[in-house]
Amino acid sequence: MAKIWVYAEIKDGVLEGTALELLTCARKFGGVEAIALGPGSRASVPALSAHGASRVLFSEEAVFADYLAEPHTDVMAALVLERSPDLVLFGFTSDSRDVAGRLAARLGCGLISNGIGLEVDASGVRVQVPYFGGAKVATYRANQQPALVLIRPRSFAASESGGAVDLEELAVEPSPASLRARIVDRKIEASERVKLEDAKVVVAGGRGLGGAENFSLLEDLAEALGGAVGASRAVVDAGWVPYSTQVGQTGKTVTPEVYIAAGISGAMQHTVGMKGSKFVIAINRDKDAPILKIADLGIVGDALRIVPQVTQGIRDQRGT
Amino acid sequence: MKIVVAIKQVPDPNGPQGLEADNRLTRSREVALDPGDEYGIEVALRLKESQGGEVVLVSMGPERARDALRKGLSMGADKGILISDTVLEGADALLTARALAAAIAPLAADLVVCGTESYDGSTGMVPPMLAEILGLPQLSAAGQVEVSGDSITVHRQTGDGHQVVEAALPALVSVTAAVGEPRYASLKGIMAARSKEISVVTGAALNIDAGRRAEVVEGVEDAEARPPGETLEDDGSNGAERILTALRACKVI
Repeated sequence: MAKIWVYAEIKDGVLEGTALELLTCARKFGGVEAIALGPGSRASVPALSAHGASRVLFSEEAVFADYLAEPHTDVMAALVLERSPDLVLFGFTSDSRDVAGRLAARLGCGLISNGIGLEVDASGVRVQVPYFGGAKVATYRANQQPALVLIRPRSFAASESGGAVDLEELAVEPSPASLRARIVDRKIEASERVKLEDAKVVVAGGRGLGGAENFSLLEDLAEALGGAVGASRAVVDAGWVPYSTQVGQTGKTVTPEVYIAAGISGAMQHTVGMKGSKFVIAINRDKDAPILKIADLGIVGDALRIVPQVTQGIRDQRGT
Repeated sequence: MKIVVAIKQVPDPNGPQGLEADNRLTRSREVALDPGDEYGIEVALRLKESQGGEVVLVSMGPERARDALRKGLSMGADKGILISDTVLEGADALLTARALAAAIAPLAADLVVCGTESYDGSTGMVPPMLAEILGLPQLSAAGQVEVSGDSITVHRQTGDGHQVVEAALPALVSVTAAVGEPRYASLKGIMAARSKEISVVTGAALNIDAGRRAEVVEGVEDAEARPPGETLEDDGSNGAERILTALRACKVI
């Protein structure tokens, strides 16, 4: 049976949810252990265990929260060399990416990034990776031991399986040489009513809205629907809305019940982050916009007129 | 200060895109400097303006990747290094990082600047690998970069805001588009770039062998397509009505 590890990222003292998705997928293929580093790791044990980790290696050491990547890489490299896992899974999040990249270079084994599917059997580890902007899916077989694989968040649904867990508190002695990139402050910018990744409805806008001022129309609709506002890379880069709203390859992956794309053309860069949505509604003036080809309901028309009409329709129905 | 920017030539994001029969990205069509790398060059040029020093661009690719270097030189960088070798063709992220590191290490840079991820490969793995091989701390996802004396401070973008991250130089920083609009090359800059030096080095000169790839490509298939949906031309009110009906059917209102 394959020996699989899941790197369970602790972000601001809280378990990053992708680890639970990775555990749910990996437990089908072998014994799964989770490694959680930093304050909050002990508190993450019940969730990791419930999702299939048979053992959790953890450390409450503060350096993991205060410094980027390097102390984490030190621990992971030492553990891999000592215990030889077949496969180490990471979420494709910015903290985990930094650790996985450094680890792959230190071990000299490379890695497979941006995966959306995973299979493990006696013949090896296979990873599905979106290719050519998501129009194609490539199957990669890992060619190195251990296989290091990064999987995009929301590639699998997390579910609990229960089971007993062994706990192992790691004795970590941080190397001063690795305490270099230090987090000295944290600023929360977005006061999101609903977290974009958790929203049941996402109302997202692109360049077709014409300007930053028109995003308020989307905020109104999102509020009426109890949802969150998203954006394409183009408008985030243009500074209309914060980076925290970006959906797509370089942004967040969302899988809401309903995704409303207003004035978004639907470049692969964007669609790779939203095509797991259950129902996609697209509003675009251009009848040839790619987004209309993947939408369940496509409206050819002016989002600036249609979006407020929908908002009003919802308010009328509620009598507000 | 000495600033090195790692850049890449990619299929033009605005040009026609295609795949070869062997499923490699078509490289023979329009190519461009990766738009993400323009932000890296911009950061480097601003630091040069405020701190003084030199900006060196390093790229790996075929001979024509000179064009990407030339574009960066036109923006104001001082010189370019092109790592070009058939043994490096189709390199994965680790081999790319090894080759870049071999070319960058002798330069004794104070700061190495990268984009966050390339437009074509999008693995985002070269910057952390390069930092590791060069023995540098990495300040990633930087939307704002400041250098003061021997230290660098960045605003590192997170899902809900940013972290302020500090390190002593030398360091590697990977930047996002939030650092600000890259400058256009001026006519003067374009003229000046013609006489700037681009040196070409081989894998052998860097003592780089192809090594063993992290993965074997077993196949490439079309992504699962969503079944075609309904399209409706809005007449002024039917579009919104149809959307409301759909929202009710989805039970979100």
